Amino acid sequence: MIRLQDITKVYIMGKRELEVLRGVNLNIRQGETVAIMGPSGSGKTTILNLIGCLDVPTSGSYYLDGREVNRLSRGELAQIRAQKIGFIFQTFNLLPQLSALANVELGMRYAGIADSRRAMEALDWVGLSDRARHRPSELSGGEQQRVAIARALVKRPPLILADEPTGNLDSRSGEEIISSLITLHNEQNNTLVMVTHDADSAHHCQRIIHLKDGQIVAEETL
Amino acid sequence: MKRWLEPLSTAWEGVRTHKLRSSLTILGIVIGVAAVITLMSIGRGTSAEILSRIESLGSNLVLITPGAFSERGVMSAAGSAANLTLEDAAAISEQVPHVTAVAPSSSARSQLIAGGKNTNASVIGVTPEYQQVYNLKTTEGAFISPSNYQDAANVAVIGTTVKDDLFSGVDPIGQQIRMGNSVVSVMGVLESKGASMMGSTDDAVLVPLTTLQQTISQRLTSTGEHVVNSVAITVSDQKQSDDVVNEITSLLRSRHQLAAGAADDFTIRSMEELIGTVTEMSNTMTNLLGAIAGISLLVGGIGVMNIMLVSVVERTREIGIRKALGARERNIWSQFLTESAFLSLSGGLIGVAAGWIVSHIVSSRGTPTLVSPDIIVLAVSVSIGIGLAFGFLPARRAANLNPIEALRYE
Repeated sequence: MIRLQDITKVYIMGKRELEVLRGVNLNIRQGETVAIMGPSGSGKTTILNLIGCLDVPTSGSYYLDGREVNRLSRGELAQIRAQKIGFIFQTFNLLPQLSALANVELGMRYAGIADSRRAMEALDWVGLSDRARHRPSELSGGEQQRVAIARALVKRPPLILADEPTGNLDSRSGEEIISSLITLHNEQNNTLVMVTHDADSAHHCQRIIHLKDGQIVAEETL
Repeated sequence: MKRWLEPLSTAWEGVRTHKLRSSLTILGIVIGVAAVITLMSIGRGTSAEILSRIESLGSNLVLITPGAFSERGVMSAAGSAANLTLEDAAAISEQVPHVTAVAPSSSARSQLIAGGKNTNASVIGVTPEYQQVYNLKTTEGAFISPSNYQDAANVAVIGTTVKDDLFSGVDPIGQQIRMGNSVVSVMGVLESKGASMMGSTDDAVLVPLTTLQQTISQRLTSTGEHVVNSVAITVSDQKQSDDVVNEITSLLRSRHQLAAGAADDFTIRSMEELIGTVTEMSNTMTNLLGAIAGISLLVGGIGVMNIMLVSVVERTREIGIRKALGARERNIWSQFLTESAFLSLSGGLIGVAAGWIVSHIVSSRGTPTLVSPDIIVLAVSVSIGIGLAFGFLPARRAANLNPIEALRYE
């Protein structure tokens, strides 16, 4: 499903060039769960952003479902994000002015779906249907992240990308988050790519990619 | 929720989240639109009133006075030259087509005495057609009749000011007025018309022209014709005004035996021409007022842009989130543009209501106002236009944000 070939990414910071990824090759199959680990600055988030079509590589090719993504326009990239990709962030990134339900609905909006029953159902998957009318500020961190999971999954995208989903949570809520991600993965058979610092979380995945200084240094299959 | 409603509901979310800020932005537009509507309605109302006063004289009036306008537009001896005559008037009546009535008149100022009171007023010698031409009505009694005219009867029709000066509290009909060496009896009182560009009949005494010629002044030209001060004419159809003016000009030139290159020794003004001039002037005034008010609308628009720019910066992260969820540039763009159009449109609508109320208050204080639909349409569409124009830059800025940087923004 995902094929990265000799991907490099160079950021230009003022006059200095910062090489974040230097020749990454990676294949991820449909339905796989993959954790990306590595020290900070190793390029984990950059890989996730590239896979998520939020960014394009400096060189190399990225194929998503056989389509070469690095040649697409910004509008086409947005369309792929809307149709195929669900994002989960470390800082939850819910819109504070919207209720939990409206936040979940927002996850479908740009895919052209407006269906509050479906949004309610998604909140039910993460056990929050009774908090649908609450604003994010009225929810705990773990609950906010569950709303974010519902938002990412409500349109049933084939690819779920999670950027340190447990990074801002205590270990118990963190475990709950990982287990609901895995449970929903099993139910919906999506592809899950997760960046994490936390070895326990990573061990729920089928494969762990170790990244260092913009290169893959090790791969474990569990 | 329908799809086309989504930009609207998103815009509404944005407005609702920042109630105070949105209301202040709207207020700027409200004041601008209300100012445009109020000032333009005052301009329109005033010019409509002026025009209706002129038209009350009869919009198909053509006025001939002796003497010519000088080159610089200053009236040189107009009215004092003694070359327009009763016989000219008769010739016009007989020979010029599309003329419905011809009213020659002569006037003189005279001291009037009635009972113990006296006043100074202009005495106008008129023919019975004068009533029709100048659209006069009598509130009491009757107007001068053809037989009064033929008999040079010693009768008079008086204006309301004269009536108040000489006969306050007394029924004026049948009362005697002394003017100079003769005495006339009042046979009618004219309805008040207020001041107008053609002078007022309120402080005049109308007598048959024949009576005036016999009693106060009798001037003859060298050829023995009877001199008058002016000849007023009504034209059957306003569209014929220009033709009639041309015909009268050539008729009078031949009667006055003017050589081909010589200037006219009379002046013809049609009411249509006067209305045109007044309309032009009042439109200029209205547009000037509108432009002044437009400046405050512009300032309101800049306020909208300012707020939208702040809003884009403040919601950078939200924009990043929406982009990550798959929003395309045009989604973001239309979200912010809808929001600014929403702000300025609601400002525009409230402004229309406010301007309408204010112009009602103004008109209840005596200044005529006229809120016409085109002003409302103009003000509302200008306010939407302002929202779109001044929302454009902020919306572009929002749409062009890099999603990764936007997501990282704190």
